[in-house]
Amino acid sequence: MNTVVAGITYRALLGRRRVVLLLLLPLALIALALMFSFFGGEDQRTTVDLMRGFALSTLLPLLGLIAGTGVIAPEIDDGTIIHLMSKPISRPVIARTKFVVAASLVAVFAAVPTYLAAWILVGSEDGIASGFAVGTLVAGIAYAAVFLLLGVVTRHAVTIGIIYALVWEALVGSLVPGARRFSIQQWGQTVADQITTSPFFEAEVSLGFAVPALIIVTLAAVFLTGRRLRSYSLTGDE
Amino acid sequence: MKIELSQVSRWYGNVVAVNDVTMTIGPGVTGLLGPNGAGKSTLLHLMAGFLAPSGGTVTLDGTQVWKNHRIYRDIGLVPEREGVYGFLTGWQFVLSAAKLHSLPDPEEAARKALATVEMEEPKDRRVETYSKGMRQRVKVAAALVHDPGVLLLDEPFNGMDPRQRLHLMDLIRAMGTSGKTILFSSHILEEVERVAQHIEVLVAGRHAASGNFRDIRRLMTDRPHLFRIRSSDDRKLAAALIRDDSAGGVTLGRDGLEVQATELRRFARLLPQVARAEGVRLHEVSPADEDLESVFSYLINRSS
Repeated sequence: MNTVVAGITYRALLGRRRVVLLLLLPLALIALALMFSFFGGEDQRTTVDLMRGFALSTLLPLLGLIAGTGVIAPEIDDGTIIHLMSKPISRPVIARTKFVVAASLVAVFAAVPTYLAAWILVGSEDGIASGFAVGTLVAGIAYAAVFLLLGVVTRHAVTIGIIYALVWEALVGSLVPGARRFSIQQWGQTVADQITTSPFFEAEVSLGFAVPALIIVTLAAVFLTGRRLRSYSLTGDE
Repeated sequence: MKIELSQVSRWYGNVVAVNDVTMTIGPGVTGLLGPNGAGKSTLLHLMAGFLAPSGGTVTLDGTQVWKNHRIYRDIGLVPEREGVYGFLTGWQFVLSAAKLHSLPDPEEAARKALATVEMEEPKDRRVETYSKGMRQRVKVAAALVHDPGVLLLDEPFNGMDPRQRLHLMDLIRAMGTSGKTILFSSHILEEVERVAQHIEVLVAGRHAASGNFRDIRRLMTDRPHLFRIRSSDDRKLAAALIRDDSAGGVTLGRDGLEVQATELRRFARLLPQVARAEGVRLHEVSPADEDLESVFSYLINRSS
């Protein structure tokens, strides 16, 4: 972890228009929660549906994508990354720092709003709010790592990330039950399910699979990002 | 400190960007001269550890450069692309470089580096408000902040106004004199001549020539020259020149003669003599290929 790298990365992400993107979805989630509570929809079923159908399945992958690719891809595109890479800092340290920044952004902009939205609807009833907040947090950390890796591997990280989140996780996941085992979102639900006791919610992937999968995917993605940065090449216009 | 390239090649798919280059860059200022697209940036990136050689080795004082972040303790790099965070001020940018180098007193180092490039006054403005020349100077300040033994600059004078250009030239010369190893790339001969004690010429990815600027100048004067000549009797003059060895080829056109002179000095001496002997009056003798591009194309043909 390098504090100078982290500081520049936070400024790049929070000081520009990207922060609007980071704020938009969490605000929408809280607005929805307020709307439901205003119209008397503050029951557990509605809350679980909102958490599973929006917080975990839409807000989280998109925020993971914005934060994960946002901490590095724009710098690679405009060449500013050379400022960090032409210094005596090992590239894996740069990768880990970028990951920590991305993960912290997902925690603030996804896990906290998820907790707030659920709390607005059902308070701390049956551990729904804390369950989904923790589920969002661990899945968000994995998303941040995977999309960080994507950001250093390809220039089309955002497109590929959206295809993964929408086509694989949402569409294939809903049609092919086996595909759900290989979905970060589903692993997040499994973790949430361990904490909440709500009868309206049951995860489909076992904890014994989800937790190791989350850990392995996260660590592998950060490791591979570091390796990729070690062989980062500048190809001129010539 | 010295950078050594040994039989270095770099290709992208089927395209060869750098072809079997062997050279040593030692203390003092070296200019890397070549036309656009010659592979100068590729070669610089290879030296800076930002590109893996497809063949051969690049070392800094015997240490492998590729995949070795420790070399940046000794190398300062000024890339051609902007590469400056627009949202930081000049001060923050240079200070961040000092901190990334873990210098004992980063503030003092940043102050010194900004003073070296005369950027103290606008240092608190955001980089995005700077002119191209000012950005170039903060980049140089950031590359100098840790007082590196080696400084690599890719087309450093691009976009600078004449005053800034002169200032940077003085700075580079002074650093070279103080024993630092400095390499900068340029496609402008005059720039290189004014700053570099030593010149490496790169043409079409090949190492075409090497030497001090006198050697390079001589090389460029000794090549075949093309002259355009108008006279009172072009046909007669052409016939007379063909009989003499000094002209490699003569083309008779509507606007006069085009003469390929194989040896410049001999041709310069012989042309008036031949003209006088034939009773031909010379109206105009002008070089047709004095631009750098034709010099480079000559070097390409010579090296291949």
